[in-house]
This record gives sequence, C-alpha cells and structure tokens, in this order.
Amino acid sequence: MMGAPRVEYTSVREVRGPLIVVGGVAGVGFDEYVRIDTADGGRRYGVVVEADRDLAVVQVIEGTEALSAAGARVRFAGKPLRVPIGEGWLGRVCDGRGTPADGGPPILGTATAPVGGRPINPILREPPAEPVITGVRAIDALTTLVRGQKLPIFSMPGLPHLELAAQIAAQATAGGEPFCVVFAGMDLTHVDAAYVRDALEERAAAGELTLLINTADAPVLERILTPRIALTVAESLAFDHGRHVLVVLADMTSYAEALREVSAARGEIPARRAYPGYLYSDLASLYERCGRIRGRPGSVTVVPVLTMPGGDITHPVPDLTGYITEGQIVLSAQTAAHGTYPPIDALSSLSRLMHKGAGPGRTDPRHLPLAAQLLAALARARQVRDLADLIGEAALGDADRHYLVFEQRFRDTLLNQGRTERCTLAETMDRALRVALTLPRGELTMLSDDVLAAALSEAEP
Amino acid sequence: MDAVMPESGIVRRVSGPLVEVEGRAAMSELVLLGTAAVPGEVVAIRGDLLTVQAYEYTGGLTPGDTAVPQARPLCAELRPGLLGGVFDGLLRPLDGAGIWLGGTAAKRSAARWRFEAAAKTGDAVGAGGLLGTVAVPGPVVHRVLVPVSAVPPGASSELEWIAASGDYAADEVIARVGGAEVSLTELWPIRKQRPVTRRVEAAAMLHTGQRALDLLFPIAKGGTAAVPGGFGTGKTVLLQQIAKWCDADVIVYIGCGERGNEMADVVEDFARLEDPRTGGRLAERTVIIANTSNMPMMARESSVYAGVCVAEYYRDMGYEVVVIADSTSRWAEALREFASRSGALPAEEGFPANLASALAGFYERAGAVEVLGGGRGSVTVVGAVSPPGGDLAEPVTVHTERFVRTRWTLDRDLAYARHYPAVSWADSFSRDQAVLAGDESRRTRVAHALAEADRLADLVDLVGINALPPDERMSVLAGRIVREGLLQQNSMSPADGYSPEAKTAALADAMLAAADSCREAARAAGPAAVEAVDFGPLLRARDEAGPDDLEIVARRRDQVLAELGALIGGGAAS
Repeated sequence: MMGAPRVEYTSVREVRGPLIVVGGVAGVGFDEYVRIDTADGGRRYGVVVEADRDLAVVQVIEGTEALSAAGARVRFAGKPLRVPIGEGWLGRVCDGRGTPADGGPPILGTATAPVGGRPINPILREPPAEPVITGVRAIDALTTLVRGQKLPIFSMPGLPHLELAAQIAAQATAGGEPFCVVFAGMDLTHVDAAYVRDALEERAAAGELTLLINTADAPVLERILTPRIALTVAESLAFDHGRHVLVVLADMTSYAEALREVSAARGEIPARRAYPGYLYSDLASLYERCGRIRGRPGSVTVVPVLTMPGGDITHPVPDLTGYITEGQIVLSAQTAAHGTYPPIDALSSLSRLMHKGAGPGRTDPRHLPLAAQLLAALARARQVRDLADLIGEAALGDADRHYLVFEQRFRDTLLNQGRTERCTLAETMDRALRVALTLPRGELTMLSDDVLAAALSEAEP
Repeated sequence: MDAVMPESGIVRRVSGPLVEVEGRAAMSELVLLGTAAVPGEVVAIRGDLLTVQAYEYTGGLTPGDTAVPQARPLCAELRPGLLGGVFDGLLRPLDGAGIWLGGTAAKRSAARWRFEAAAKTGDAVGAGGLLGTVAVPGPVVHRVLVPVSAVPPGASSELEWIAASGDYAADEVIARVGGAEVSLTELWPIRKQRPVTRRVEAAAMLHTGQRALDLLFPIAKGGTAAVPGGFGTGKTVLLQQIAKWCDADVIVYIGCGERGNEMADVVEDFARLEDPRTGGRLAERTVIIANTSNMPMMARESSVYAGVCVAEYYRDMGYEVVVIADSTSRWAEALREFASRSGALPAEEGFPANLASALAGFYERAGAVEVLGGGRGSVTVVGAVSPPGGDLAEPVTVHTERFVRTRWTLDRDLAYARHYPAVSWADSFSRDQAVLAGDESRRTRVAHALAEADRLADLVDLVGINALPPDERMSVLAGRIVREGLLQQNSMSPADGYSPEAKTAALADAMLAAADSCREAARAAGPAAVEAVDFGPLLRARDEAGPDDLEIVARRRDQVLAELGALIGGGAAS
C-alpha cells in the first residue's frame, strides 16, 4: 500500500513507547505514511504524528518492541495512508490493517482513498428516513435502526454484545435493496474472532461481507487503523456502488484504549480518566462517517459496540459516544440474569431517528404508537415491581398485577429470541401487539380504537 | 487592502492543528500555510517563532513550506446573502463546496444585489448611518450602513459619492465616505465586538413559545441563557424549538461540533417551515453555521465568534437577534485540545486557565444596545452545555453559570419519564424574572404547586399515596396537573409546538383553577373521589387547542370544574 518509495533514512534518533524519532529528514509532512525496514529483515509501518524541523516523530503501528534504532531504514510515502476501494473487498477476510487473512490474493481496487476520510458537507446530507430490518425483535420493534444512523450497543464485560452484533450483521436487510456488511473487530480474542467468522459465514458466501479483525494479540496501534479502513471501504461501497452498508465496530472501548496509549507516549496532557482531550473529536471522526448523500443511492449505517468498564455509563467512552450517536441500545446484566437473550434494557435504549424510519409506509402504520405504549407500560411495570418488592405482590391492586403479567409476557414473547432466529417484521409487530393486549383495554391509552378493534377481532377465534 | 505584500515566513513544526512558523506577524494575525493555503491564526509569538492555530486539516504540511501573513486578523465577510445560507466555522458558504469537504474552497458567489440608495452625495453621515438598502428575500430589510472603518464612532463626515440605485456585486464599491471606499461587504475581525453607542437595560421579554421557559424562567431580549443537559435530555430539540418560534427578527444558529444528520434536519426544517409572524420561510430570517463534529476541530473554536459577529452585524441594522450555540462544550474542548498541544499549563480538568475569560468574552457580546445609527437592537445568546457524564460541577458548566442571566437545566429523570421539554423547575433560574414578570402571582403559584409536589413525591414513594392526609394528596395531584397539562409540550405537534403568551396564560390559569377546585372537592367528598375524576380532557387541552384556540381550553376547564363542583355540591364525605 506504499507509494513509490522516496529517500531512505537510517537516522532513528529515539525510540520511546510506540514512537520513533527520525532525524535529518527533509520534506516530510504531517500525517504521512511511513515504512520501516528493520535490521533483522522485518517490516513495520507508521504514521507521522509530528514534523518538527528536520525531525519526524513516527507512531509505529506494530509497536517498537525489539526495534533497534541501528540498521532501521525509514521511508516516507509523501502522502497519508490510502487503501484500495471498491467491490474487491466483498467476501474477504482481513487482519486489522486490511491485509488478507483468508489466503486470497491482495485486494485490488480501481482507486484508492485516504483512510482518514473527509467530512460530508452537511447541506448535502439527506436526512435518514428508511429502516434497516435487523430481524432482532426488540430492536426492530422498540429502537428501529435507520439507514444512515449511528446507533451504538452499550454493554458490559460478560454480556453477549458480540453475539448480538454478529446476529445483526448476519440478518440485517434493507427492504430488498443491495445491502452489505463491513465488520471491524478490534481486540477480539481468537475464540471471538472464530465465532464472528462462523456467524457471518452465509453473508460472506453471498459476497455481502468484508471482515476486518484485529485480534487481541495483534499490535495495539493497529486498532487505530481498523475502523478507519472499514469506514473508507464502506463509504465507497455505499456512495460509489449504491449499496446500503452496515458497519459494525466492536469493541470501541479497546479502540479508545489504544488511543490513550499513543497519547500518553506522546506526553499529551490527559483529560478525563487519562483519555486524550481530543477523544470526542476522534470518535466523531469515525461515527460521523455514517449517513446518506443527497441524490445518491446507498447509505452507511454504523453500529459501534462498546463495553462500559464497570458498567459505568458516565465513563468517557460511552459518555462521549452518547453525545455523538443517535441513541443507544443498552444491554443489562439484570435482564441477562433471567437467561434472556438479547438482554436489552428497553427503557434505557433509544433510537433518536426511529420516528423517521418507522411508521406508515416504512414499517407498519401501528408501529410508533405501539412502541410508545409498550415503553410506557414497561416503565409502569418497573414501578409496580419496585412497589411489590416493598409491600409484597399480594398487596397490589388489580391494575398493578396486570402490569407484572405484562412484563413477564414482554420478556418471554417479544424480547427473548434465539441467537440465530431471524424474525420477520410482520411477526415482530404481531407479537408486540399481542404483548400489549395483555393489559386491559382501558390501560392502552396510546393505541387508537381502530388499532385495538382490528387486533381484537383477529385474536378472536 | 493594497498593503505591501507581507514577507512570508517558513513552517518549522507541524503537530495536528498546531503549527510553528519562523517569520514576523502580529498576534491574532491571519496566516495562510503551505501550498494548500490552510488558514491559521497567530496565537503566540516568541522571538521570530510564531505559534499558529490552523483551521483545517494540516496533513501534508511540511517543515520548510511557506507561510504568508495576511496583515489582518481572522475576519468574517459580512454582506447581503447571509440570511438563508449555511456556512462553515469561518463563515465560508457550504453551498457549492462539494460533497466531501476539505478540498477546494467554494467559488465566490457571483450574485448581484439590488441596492437602493437612501443617502445622497454631499450628506453628512456618521458611523452606522444609513447609506441604502439591499433587496433580499424575506421580511428582514438589509441595511447598508457607514462602517466604522470609514468614519469613527461619534464623528461625522461628508458622503463624497454614492452609487445610483441598481445591481451591484457584493465587493463593488457603492460609496465613498471620509476618503474610504464602501462596498456591500464588510470585513470584521470575528473576535472583536462591534462598537455601539451605549448599552441599555434589557427590559423586553423574548417570547420563546415554550411554556416552561416563558412562564417560569423568562429571558430578556439582549439576555443570556445556558442550557446544560446530559445526552438524551432533549437539548437540541429545545434549542431548535426556540430557533423556530421565538419572536426575534434574526436567528443565528451555530451547530458547533454536533451531528451531521441533525444539521441536515435543521437545514431542511428551516427551509420548509413557515414563520407564523411574517408568513415567510423560517430560513429567510436564519443564518446557519454548521461545524459538525467531524469537521476541522479548530474551526469549531472560530464558529462561535463568527456567529456572534454576524449577530452583531444585524443588531447594528436595528434588529433583535438571537444566537443559539449548540454546543459550547465542544467549543471549550477545542480550546482544551489546542492548549494541550501548545503545552499550556492545564487548569481544571485539562482546560486552559483562560477558559472562564473566554466564556465571559463570548456571553458578554450579548446585550440590548443603542446602535451607532441611533435605533435600538439586541443580541441574545443561548448556549447549550453538554456536561460530561451529566456532571453539572464540571468546569464549563460552572463557569458558564457565572456569566449567564438565565439557566435552563435539563433533567435526565424528566427526560426518561418522557416529560418534554425536560426543563427542571428546581435547578433552573432566571435573574431577569423581576424585570420581565408579567403576572408574578401566576408564576409564583405554578412554582409553588411544583415545589410542594416534589417535596411530597419522596414521601409517597416510601409510604404510598393513601397514607397522606387529603390536602397533601391534593398537592400531589396539583403537581401532576401542572406538569402534564401545562409544562409538557410536544415539539412534534403542529398545535402545541409553539405556545403564544395568551395560550400559556390560559392553560396556567385553567390548571391552577382545577387544582384549587380539587382541594375544595377533597374536603367535601374525600380525596379518592377527586382522584377518580377523569382529568384527561383537561390535560390534553394543550395538544388539542391550536396556538390561538383559547375556546377549547376554557371549555375543558369548565367541564372539569363542573365535575368537581358536583362533588363539592354532593357534600357526602366518603
């Protein structure tokens, strides 16, 4: 992926953490891509993070472990890192730097693009308006994913977020229009990587998948490149080739840790929890690459997955992510403890664009009032549950007891789902309505008489 | 403009947006860096070494590249055509800038503007005096004034020449005053306040059309407000509602480090929606500055100044202008990032020590004034604050509070309960209350009902509602009636998105009357009977009555009062 090599330098003056300082250079610009050939015949890559007179500070992607300053030869590419783009990526499995890991030939493209991307002109963005149907009931019914949206999954270590992300990636469709998935795994164990590969096998066979996997034992800084390559590939598939592209980024907490490591090595002044002060801008430079463009088919939808250390939603990574993304899907240990999969906490989850992507002509005319009714009822059920814990179920009124039954029914028929079970939108809606009808009609204040009458007549034998 | 070509300097060091240049320039001078002519601003000088803050991506910029000082600070191009437009953080038009930003700059607009002269050659004119008007779409009349660069404030000079009425390009000379040429375009340094004759007391209320704000925490035209709230509390929606419906003449909406899809929505909404006061499009009274979170970070820093500078420009024409900045926290973070790169000593949480003075400098550009030309004008500043982790003790929130006269705190619990707008009545304030108060007693009674209900809410959670004495049970009920029937407001609803003064007052009076009547009825018939009354129609009145439809509110009120009256008349205590 290097351009024509230019002058070669052997003057590595300093090695410190993941950084090397090359001296005596001329004409080396900020953010240039770098190739380093070591004395022992190894090859590493890097990026210029600071150009200071005749010094270039280079961040080495593979790290500086066992890198000897003597004998290292450094070449600067004269331009930032670019990757080939186009449909050649479909059906391929690569490592975190985009090098094929499936035994196939190198990926060729008709053109290349810088991995950093460029911002979409906000006035040429098309506001998102159609759904991505994930086949996961709780998401389709209550937090509909919209094409061009960024909707993260907030989880905790030990919960099945990777399974859920893989399930979404395996099942998602865009109403019959060309669709594909770019899955960027960061800091995945080999077991997890194998799981993802298996879960997405069908999608890969159909030529609808690009898999980039940075394993847990791969170089830490590679993680900084992985999502950027994934998004660059996705942008081209979406806006040049007219596909709806779903990009899954898992796990963004690991990504942020890599960022922190580089920041610390550079001696930058740390902000909250020692993450760099530019964490917000950096995350935004990834998440904001989703969207649609006026007058072009195709869309980029981003689903980042992140584990909240200690389950703390105010931790900088979920907190800043929440400020950038359009809602969140929150997994809860409490729900998981019931043996429910996916353990989505419906009340804390939210899709801010749902009212644009769901409803008449998009999913189902009953969808929005039904979702609002289910959430309102769940909130009430939670209050009733708290009260029941205090005073005992026997002391509850009749209306309150209905809510406990509702909660149970919600969990069993709507939320709970097999890990490979794909549910159609029609069935999801049908189940959602049946769960709502657990409650007496007087409690269903958000559903119009028409919806209820139709549903009740269907329900009668 | 014909100054001697300045000596160019040489780039020595590049680290992200921080660039060191060897050369000579003044503090705050604009410098163009490298072959791509990336704009930057001098922020420190040490001997021959200039520290420059770059406003665009510096990839490829190389030590040894040239850096050309421009002999002027970073300026906004103030001219006709700003209204209805969308601009980046340096006030360059985004229209025509291509799909992917960061490449070539947009072509200069070739538009010609219809100028009508209002003064004639030989007139004595002062700074801010009217030269003429330019026809622009919409209700705002664009006035061309004598710039202070031609005639200093307070002085007067002869109008040597003025162009005949006709079509002119934005940079064509249309008058000569005091030896200076005046065109339709004025360059103004974005960080410098535009001069005024004097500040006056801000005594008129800005009607936002949001009941929770207008009734409980009003803001003056020329006032300042901060809107702190964690993510998901509805900050952006509230700000957009204010931008759409408040009774100002001009709105400057600054999307500072926010979401691209949201900016696309704002642009689309404003182009589509009608201004209820003028019948024109909302876009015609709005200037949008869009610096989404993935656009160059340092341009986020300049975007708030560019926005307030545009606001002052329209204020000087005699308009009431509202600046909405969403979010000032992103701006502060840009300050922090740059301070960190330039090695400044960090103060609280890594923010630079001058954070407070930077915030003060921004909010202090608000005010009601007598403009140089004689009339009145005002700039109102509303800034969102996005506290990390929802922590209201963090530096940006804390310092902002010191400088604003109004705070609308958005509460996460209210937002989770889907109570919108989630303006907390306990944590918000308005220091202009006393000056602006219309009917103080109405406000006091609403606030009292809310405070009482809050006080009792904790108790109810512990012992259950049935354990409370009847009067307190009615206080809990009153709180609910006020919250649901008055304060909640559905931004999506065509009927309730905007609530004029009369509707707000009618709803407040109706809810308070119902609450009073409940108390009386509870004494006569017991609290359970009152709680069984269906308040639904009264609570839904806000959503079913259009902005000017007070009839429905009165009818629903009378209906509930009649039902309660029957209980009072019935008398038999249960």
